[in-house]
Amino acid sequence: MSPELIQAAADNRWAAIAPEISLGCLALFLLVLEVFLPKKQHAVIPTLAIVGQLGLLIGFLWNLRGVNFVAHETFSGLLRHTQEGQFMRVFFMLCSILVSILGVVALAKQKMPKIEFFAITMVVSAAMMLLAQSNHFVLFFVALETVTVGFYILVGYFRTSPLSLEAGLKYLITGALSSAILLFGIVLLYGVAGNPTLPGSSSDSMNFNALRVFLESNPQNFLASVGIVFVLAGVAFKIGAVPFQIWIPDVYQGAPTPVTAFLAVASKAAGFSVLLILTQRVFGSYYYLTVPVLSVMAGATILFGNLAALTQHNVKRLIGLSGVSHAGYLLIAVIAAGSQPLAAGAVYFYLFAYLLASFAVFGVMTHLAGANDADQDLEHYTGLAKAHPFLGAVLAIGLGSLAGIPPLAGFMGKLFIFIAAFKAGLYPLLAIAIVGVVISIYYYFGWIKAAYFETWTAPLLEGETDTRPARTRVGLMAGVTLASLAVATLVLGFYQGALGEWLLSR
Amino acid sequence: MFSHLLLLSIVAPLAAAAVISAGLPARAAKVVAALGFLAPALIALHVWYHFPESVQDHGYAFKEVYATGLQSLGIKLSLGLNGIALPLFVLAGLVGLAAGLYAIQSGAERIKTYLALLLVMQAGLMGVFASIDIFFFYFFHELALIPTFIMVGVWGGKDRGYAAMKMTIYLTAGAMLSLLGLIAIYYKSGAENFDLITLRQTILQAGIHNHTQNVIFGLLMFGFGILVSLWPLHTWAPLGYGAAPSSAAMLHAGVLKKFGLYGLVQIAVPLLPLGAAHWAQPLAWLAVAGNILVIGFITIAQRDLKQMVGYSSVMHMGYAFLGVATLSAVGAGGVVLMMVAHGLSVALLFLLSTSVYHRTQTFDLTEMGGLAQKTPVLAAFFVTATMASIGLPGLANFWGELTIFVAAWAFSKTLTVLAVSGVVISAIYGLRAAAKVFFGQPTEALTKVLAEKPAVDLRWSEKIPALILIVALFFIGFWPKSLSTPLNAALEVVYPAKAPAVAGK
Repeated sequence: MSPELIQAAADNRWAAIAPEISLGCLALFLLVLEVFLPKKQHAVIPTLAIVGQLGLLIGFLWNLRGVNFVAHETFSGLLRHTQEGQFMRVFFMLCSILVSILGVVALAKQKMPKIEFFAITMVVSAAMMLLAQSNHFVLFFVALETVTVGFYILVGYFRTSPLSLEAGLKYLITGALSSAILLFGIVLLYGVAGNPTLPGSSSDSMNFNALRVFLESNPQNFLASVGIVFVLAGVAFKIGAVPFQIWIPDVYQGAPTPVTAFLAVASKAAGFSVLLILTQRVFGSYYYLTVPVLSVMAGATILFGNLAALTQHNVKRLIGLSGVSHAGYLLIAVIAAGSQPLAAGAVYFYLFAYLLASFAVFGVMTHLAGANDADQDLEHYTGLAKAHPFLGAVLAIGLGSLAGIPPLAGFMGKLFIFIAAFKAGLYPLLAIAIVGVVISIYYYFGWIKAAYFETWTAPLLEGETDTRPARTRVGLMAGVTLASLAVATLVLGFYQGALGEWLLSR
Repeated sequence: MFSHLLLLSIVAPLAAAAVISAGLPARAAKVVAALGFLAPALIALHVWYHFPESVQDHGYAFKEVYATGLQSLGIKLSLGLNGIALPLFVLAGLVGLAAGLYAIQSGAERIKTYLALLLVMQAGLMGVFASIDIFFFYFFHELALIPTFIMVGVWGGKDRGYAAMKMTIYLTAGAMLSLLGLIAIYYKSGAENFDLITLRQTILQAGIHNHTQNVIFGLLMFGFGILVSLWPLHTWAPLGYGAAPSSAAMLHAGVLKKFGLYGLVQIAVPLLPLGAAHWAQPLAWLAVAGNILVIGFITIAQRDLKQMVGYSSVMHMGYAFLGVATLSAVGAGGVVLMMVAHGLSVALLFLLSTSVYHRTQTFDLTEMGGLAQKTPVLAAFFVTATMASIGLPGLANFWGELTIFVAAWAFSKTLTVLAVSGVVISAIYGLRAAAKVFFGQPTEALTKVLAEKPAVDLRWSEKIPALILIVALFFIGFWPKSLSTPLNAALEVVYPAKAPAVAGK
């Protein structure tokens, strides 16, 4: 290696990405441990994974007020550290921990290698954390592909289940397509912004700052517009916005439940954090293009997600399609963020509320699923509240928050989005959102109804067995997790405190 | 302690609910629940008694402000009572206590969960009328609404699943529309504050554009309208009340439903006078032709006692809407008085209907009769409640309806005549129901039921909640001044004399 390169590497502020590096190291350490530890003691590894990640999260939060790199760019402008980036880092670490906890519950029902699951989850989370701080299309794409490739494996992880494999294949194909579209968009932007005959061109035109300068000096460039639309389309795949939502029901159903949760929450959140970076900072001068494109998308997404979820009986498909509609509400806030700084805070708050509620619901789902993970029907929930009051209560709080019912966190998220949309004057989208919320009550409530309201079921005849999978007993770790998710959802609905102030006061 | 009185009225039931769900034995849970219902009722009586001499800030007494982290959005938990809120706050406390006591003795299945949900609802009800911040006003309404759905779905009577679903969807739609309307006021007023006092001051100075007012008032009118069962958006109400367990029906029909009317009187009409004037005629016609006449005739045709009470409550909302539509201080005062009276009397009717059911095993009016001989006290109470509901002088309802008719006469003579004829309708169905249940000869079906299980008169555990409501009805009936003095003072502030009192004749 030449001395210049060594010097450049030494200049990089490795400390700035210490959380990502340690998460990656933890993943590798677990793999090594699996080789050296006797097979009998392998059971300790998942616990180690969860405790390790928890330690990293606490360490990160501890350091938050100390030395950090907020408002700096590191690695020659590959990364840009922001307050929002810090928030998303915590968000993804939390996701990773929660997915690992659900993973312990779900994997116990399968005859599967168990260790890789945790390692891949951590690597994917680290990549998402980088993604939320990216400032350059090269890093952006590499991080995004790391996430996507990790998900290919995770979605098809239950490899004895044909549905899981099918889901993996579907995700692979649609994911590859979306990556191709995204890459094509990036290349177009790179090409046009690198054209020295145009004003503001740059030799490093994949850098977001350079690209922004170029787009500002060429506000009507056709090639750039095409590139922007393609990049947005690529991101729309990740967040599952119409018309790029086709993969969602099948993949969500086939994937192991913890992975479905990971896809539904973290992958969507990653999509939104980059979407905010792109539309607010990089493509800001092309708002005349991005706003109509995203508006049409948002309206269609809300209506499609809610209408399609109405008829579902499989809860994994149901929550997948309802997640599509949540992407629609969030898109409204992304659009409003152009003129209302409050809206960006609303997106982050909404995502956080969505994380709490979704993991609560997915946690309950994990406990109700049998060996065949794809078969989770609404019917399996009958009498849940009576037999398992705890799971019933967590489910009701989670679903209520997703439906946006006060006094739960999900309602506050929706309120902030509505206020932001009102201030930005997005009346038609608001009207659609209201219609969507009312429709969504029907299926969320139907689910709660299945769990709570007594319905008559035929008594089992002699020799007949209950076809519903047996419910898993709630362990200590899962129990504490579910309870904290539910309590946090309630508390954030009543009292937003410092988090609310921090997110909304700018 | 005394500076947190209103907060305490919200927190006490919530705390009781939390303690109950933590897993108490059923007997202890009932005691805790009784305390949880008693605290808000006592606080309500306390503030009622001390209201005249209390310190007032912009017409609001007992003011308390708490920050919850959303100050940057202009949202703060500010509690306080003005003369418009006070009567309803008292109503919520009294009906809550009656419904709570009735629920405690009801012997419902899974009684702990039932009581906990009812307590959450009670907390929401106290919060609705104690909030000065219109965001929390909405928030507490939803807090009270959610338990209603669950109680209808789990503890309800026939068709409970369908009724719960229909109620949920209708009321969510109504709540969403009202939320949009409230956000619209928040933003379009330019105040960017949800505090009603600030909003009022800002709007008095700047005002909202005429056309915008029309749109916002339309949103609120239909949003609140769905919640209060404005014809033809009322279909959830009789179905829901028919299926709801009695305490839930008492609290919803008696108190929670008044949220929408209270919102119109306290917020929408004063802040959006031009919008209100624009919509006054359609609102009045929907109320009189739809709620009073159409629903009145439908009520006469009911055979199910509980459905009949449900329909009659929809009908009475017509008078309240008419009062709102007059846009005058007199009309608004009448609406508030009527809301209190109707809340007490409809809660009493739901309570007594259920007590009748426990003795006859049916709600079907054609299968009853002659119950008065066996249960004279129940019969006396029921007839009192019916008289109150019709609007007999000496009972609270009379003053509300009378005031509304006086205000409506200046607004439109045709509508007033039509509305007054509605009183005849309510007399017909009310007296007919009382006659069919209690007088005449018992039907064969009833004789069979009574032979198996002889009817006993009201037990004390049923009498006490009923007496709370009856005493309140008579007290307000004979001494309406106790409520109307603070009410008039508040209306002078909120409805300035300049306001367009008459819009088109």
